[in-house]
Amino acid sequence: MTGWALSLFRREISLAVRVGGSAMVGVLFFLAVVTVIPFGVGPDLNLLARIGPAVLWIGALLATLLGLDRLFQADREDGALDLFLMSGRSLELLVLIKCLAHWMATGLPLVIAAPVLAIFLNLEPVAIGAVTLTLLVGTPALTLIGAVGASLTVSLRRGGLLLAVLVIPLAIPVLIFGVSSADAAIHDPVPFMTPFLILCALTLITAVIGPLASAAALRFSSD
Amino acid sequence: MTGANGVGKSSLLRTLAGLVPLKEGGISLEGGEDDRTAFEHSHYFGHQDAVKPALTVLENLTFWQAFTAPISADVFPTEIHKPADALEFLGIGHTARLPAAYLSAGQKRRLSLARLLVSSRPIWLMDEPTSALDRHSEAQLLGLMNAHLDRGGMIVTATHTDLPLNSIRTLHLEAPQDVRIVGELA
Amino acid sequence: MAIWDYANPTRFLRLVQIILPWLIGLCVIAFAAGLYMTFFTAPDDYQQGATVKIMYIHVPAAWLAMMCYSIMAISSLGTLVWKHPLADVSAKAAAPIGAAFTFMSLVTGSLWGKPMWGTYWVWDARLTSVLVLFIMYLGLIALWRTMEDPIKAGKAAAILTLVGALNLPIIKFSVEWWNTLHQPASVMRMGGPTIATSMLIPLFVMAIAFTLLFFVLHLMAMRNEILRRRVRAMRLKAAATARPATVTATAQPAE
Repeated sequence: MTGWALSLFRREISLAVRVGGSAMVGVLFFLAVVTVIPFGVGPDLNLLARIGPAVLWIGALLATLLGLDRLFQADREDGALDLFLMSGRSLELLVLIKCLAHWMATGLPLVIAAPVLAIFLNLEPVAIGAVTLTLLVGTPALTLIGAVGASLTVSLRRGGLLLAVLVIPLAIPVLIFGVSSADAAIHDPVPFMTPFLILCALTLITAVIGPLASAAALRFSSD
Repeated sequence: MTGANGVGKSSLLRTLAGLVPLKEGGISLEGGEDDRTAFEHSHYFGHQDAVKPALTVLENLTFWQAFTAPISADVFPTEIHKPADALEFLGIGHTARLPAAYLSAGQKRRLSLARLLVSSRPIWLMDEPTSALDRHSEAQLLGLMNAHLDRGGMIVTATHTDLPLNSIRTLHLEAPQDVRIVGELA
Repeated sequence: MAIWDYANPTRFLRLVQIILPWLIGLCVIAFAAGLYMTFFTAPDDYQQGATVKIMYIHVPAAWLAMMCYSIMAISSLGTLVWKHPLADVSAKAAAPIGAAFTFMSLVTGSLWGKPMWGTYWVWDARLTSVLVLFIMYLGLIALWRTMEDPIKAGKAAAILTLVGALNLPIIKFSVEWWNTLHQPASVMRMGGPTIATSMLIPLFVMAIAFTLLFFVLHLMAMRNEILRRRVRAMRLKAAATARPATVTATAQPAE
């Protein structure tokens, strides 16, 4: 049972690494968003330090969502999705593995890039640590919620924009608690652990809802 | 299975493959593994090759071997080929280390066919299997299909040309004069 | 009579034909009574003056925005679990109505907010949650519009509706949490539990009128959707019967 899961994981990772360097593009997009913000709000370092965690989180949210539209589409186009569906393997587990591989290939680089970008935004070391930690815990939730949107729009040729529209409302709680716990670490109106643990809980909830809903949507997309 | 374009040959195959839900009725298989559905006993060989251009030919095939569980049936003994052997047998052994992007359409088709050899399943559902194959490869494919039938396997295939197979039962699909639209609200 | 008897669209259409005139009549009476009470019998608020009367539109609209989503969630269960053929018609018909009521509640909320807060928009927890709900409605409508096949679109939208329904309490909770964090409770609470009976009765009547209006619109929209699908089925049929004369070059896998 674990044999196929492992080989699926390995396949997804090597595809993600080899096809068009999607990890690189995601990080570049992240960098572009973060670079654009000071042009919008002005180069005031105090202001940037205050909104820094939010900027990093919004950048990560957008970078994650925009990279998700091909999650199932490539497999649908070459017929692999049909074979997945009729294989008798647990589709929920398959979605979870694909999400995990996708996160490792695209989400994790964002987390690793975050401390570097945080320096541009004049964040203090504690804040950098907090933002990176919350992104590490929170970005899997974004991928898992996004997977639902990706499977709903799998049959649409230009589903990317619609995916983002469908998923952003669902991602609001993750964003709120991600930014809140990062803020809490800097100027504590509340203890850091309260929002952070809620963020962990959200990630766990999406690890259940995401694969279930996504698998259901993929099943319906085939007929 | 024969019939005009658009009469529903592909749909019937996809229904047997469990990809299209049944409106009513059921599909059952005698002599298979009890705890599995009929379509889990099947290989689906459709128009699309399910080949990833970024992976090497061998990686493509080993993935499908690991992913697709071999299934036996009462009259169908399990027989598993190694991926490298299957590629060699189909005449694309020399491409094993190349990314699949370099394959021609016919070679991709053969790689897709190799999937059916590396994981043994009693039923093959094939949608126009001879398309994109030259005469030589077509003869080879027919040989494989005959060998599968001889081992006790079963093949359901949609075709436009006559396939010289060992034991054939033809199902000719024809559109009824008064076409009924199948839909909840019709 | 079980609900299953109305699974047949034809029988459902006949039922709509009978019920609709009565429902419209009731709706008109309820609105007449409600609006009369709103303008002539309901007292002005001692602080807010006549602007408090926006409440009689705002609160029922907000209530319907939520009720409509609940009906869509139940219909989605009907589509996915019970496979009731009218369920996705109901969900699809409800979405634009729900979006309209949500929009109405946002507009009246911000109009009410102008004299109260001095600005049209405040990132108040309730308004923000309703805005998120509005985006979700529009997303669902967009999903329905982009998918060609109504049955497929219905299933996809049903999944999204249910995921949204699971998420709405979480969104509400997190928005409230976010709100208390950023602006300590200085925000006006609209229509709290302490409300005079003289205001409560008109509000109640208006809520009934709005609910009746929803059902009138919903039944009409469902009827239209059924007819629209029949037209689609007939067109497909027309295309299918003309098929033997046309020759398609390549066979495509059936979608």
